[in-house]
Amino acid sequence: MPEIRLDGLVKRYGNVQVLHGIDLAMHDNEFTALVGPSGCGKSTTLRMIAGLEGVSEGEIYIDDRPVSQLDPKDRGLAMVFQDYALYPHMDVARNISFALRLQKRPKAEIDAKVREVAEIVGLTDFLSRKPGALSGGQRQRVAMARALAKDSDIFLMDEPLSNLDAKLRGQMRAELAIMRQRVQKNMIYVTHDQIEAMTLADRIVVMHGGYIQQQGSPAELFKSPANKFVAGFLGSPPMNFLSSTLAMEGDTLFAKGQGFNIAIPAEKAKSLGRTDGAVTLGIRPSDLNHDPNAPDETALDLQVQVSEYIGAQSVLICACGSANVTVELKSETPIALNETLRFAVRPEAIHLFDDKTELAL
Amino acid sequence: MSTARANRITPYLFMAPAAVIMAIALLYPLGFMVYGSFRDWDPSQSIGETEFVGFKNYVTLWFDPAFRESLSVTLIFAFSVVTAEMILGVGLALLLDRNIRGMSLLRTLFILPMMIAPVVVGLMWRYMYHPTVGTFNRTLKSMGLEGVDWLGQHALLSVIIADIWQWTPFIFILALAALQSLPRSALEAARIDGATAWQQIIHIKLPLMMPVLVVTALLRLIDAFKVLEVILVMTEGGPGLSTEIVALRISRTATEFRELGTAAAMSNYLLILLLLFTIGMFTLTRLQEARAKRLARQIQEDE
Ligand SMILES: Nc1ncnc2c1ncn2[C@@H]1O[C@H](COP(=O)(O)OP(=O)(O)OP(=O)(O)O)[C@@H](O)[C@H]1O
Ligand SMILES: [Mg+2]
Repeated sequence: MPEIRLDGLVKRYGNVQVLHGIDLAMHDNEFTALVGPSGCGKSTTLRMIAGLEGVSEGEIYIDDRPVSQLDPKDRGLAMVFQDYALYPHMDVARNISFALRLQKRPKAEIDAKVREVAEIVGLTDFLSRKPGALSGGQRQRVAMARALAKDSDIFLMDEPLSNLDAKLRGQMRAELAIMRQRVQKNMIYVTHDQIEAMTLADRIVVMHGGYIQQQGSPAELFKSPANKFVAGFLGSPPMNFLSSTLAMEGDTLFAKGQGFNIAIPAEKAKSLGRTDGAVTLGIRPSDLNHDPNAPDETALDLQVQVSEYIGAQSVLICACGSANVTVELKSETPIALNETLRFAVRPEAIHLFDDKTELAL
Repeated sequence: MSTARANRITPYLFMAPAAVIMAIALLYPLGFMVYGSFRDWDPSQSIGETEFVGFKNYVTLWFDPAFRESLSVTLIFAFSVVTAEMILGVGLALLLDRNIRGMSLLRTLFILPMMIAPVVVGLMWRYMYHPTVGTFNRTLKSMGLEGVDWLGQHALLSVIIADIWQWTPFIFILALAALQSLPRSALEAARIDGATAWQQIIHIKLPLMMPVLVVTALLRLIDAFKVLEVILVMTEGGPGLSTEIVALRISRTATEFRELGTAAAMSNYLLILLLLFTIGMFTLTRLQEARAKRLARQIQEDE
């Protein structure tokens, strides 16, 4: 299982630069998810690793071997495409076995392999169907099976679930997680869906505008985002941002904004290295608890604007001064629109970002 | 009259003028030709004065070595040009399906021959094939080689070459269009699966282009059976009967031999042959449609 390393990878289309020096190392048997909003260069990065796009600058190393000049077929990888890219004129079995047949493997071996991967993805009953006679989910499995059959150590996936409906996507996501444990491969998974990334990946790489914003384990990225973009991108519902100003009152540092004045825990305040200036306060909805008795310095008073019922929980969109704050609340809590509720902030869950650079403080 | 009924009739009303024109311009001449083919008919006679001879014209033709010769020339001509044009046209399309600077200009140049009037093509090639002053032989001689008796000894081949020159572009355009509408990602998947350029052509591109190619070949074949002007201008069917395709023999039978009935019967033979090809083509598309429908049903049953 090889290590893939991207070294200062740059991609230009004409004089438009879409990737600005991507440095990344993906280790043995690691599931890496590239996430980011549409157009941030995820697919481009993946296609450059696959060899489907040329490299403008920089180099790609697979096990310390530079590969940027190699043909896709010589890089030893398999890929699942967003639109599945099945061969329409071949039945499922022939789709799956195409790479093996090109390698002129013995027929018995090919048959065994086809049966094995068809078993893994649950396609055994459909081997003689053409892709045109399969549903979206089945096609997705064929694409997965075809990539698995190749036995290559690197497995690339470009938004493999994005063409499926929500329910099927959830189911396939779970199956993917199971498959992930059965096959030992270096996987790179592109998605714009942060839930897929969080649930599947060992490591998440957040991209934005052709730059890597941050990389690390899902927990690392969730707990200590490097900047405001990563903080807002991961987590659902997304983190709330409030403009505020730092000020010392006695021994304690406070973040003061419209309608709130929240104490910063002493430890965090020490590491900030500043005691005044404008900062953005970030608090995740899950870190706000309804508590009418919370003391002023750890509380937000929020006026309910919209309540979205989603079952056990309701998502409330509230006004805090001129900003909107999203909170989650058990559905049985009785609330009225325009009512003002007090929420306690978990002190250790306070994030602060520099107003200008948007970097975490 | 109820509105519903009026609504049902309206489309036919709108179609009526076209149907009438079709009947007059298409069916009447066709019927006239079939009728004439059963008669012994000299151009000086009006059709009413002619004598009914039953299938005599057809039977005579069937055993006429000259007609058989001309039929076999036609078949050889049609199948060789279509084969050569398919190979060249598809091959060129495969070669030129890429984004190189100046490619669109090149593609435009390629399709020029198709736009030249057939008579002009014939004249042009007759000049180029001329034994002494023609382009080909002058070039050969300037290189110290013997001239070739293009329109004499090798008349059929020469005619075939001219037709290939004119009609390869037709195949080329259609093949290129088919090629460019292929699913890009399937080809990318093939590249990742380890297919070389050649394997991509054999295993992915050609099979996916096949429906278009089959129809293109049939269209070209039907057209090649009816070619007249280019050959008329280049060789007038000679030397001997070596390039006398059926269309040419029909026109000679009617004008030189003054046997309109036989000419009509000959046209009908050609028509039947073409009809067979057309029916073949239709069945093929029908089969494909039926298969697509069956697949669609299969999906529905799954869900
Ligand atoms: N052939 C091309 N020519 C010019 N620009 C391109 C080309 N292909 C992609 N781009 C640009 O490169 C940028 C990155 O594209 P890419 O496909 O990698 O985005 P992505 O992150 O995969 O987005 P999505 O989630 O929508 O798939 C986009 O801004 C896109 O417009
Ligand atoms: Mg993409």
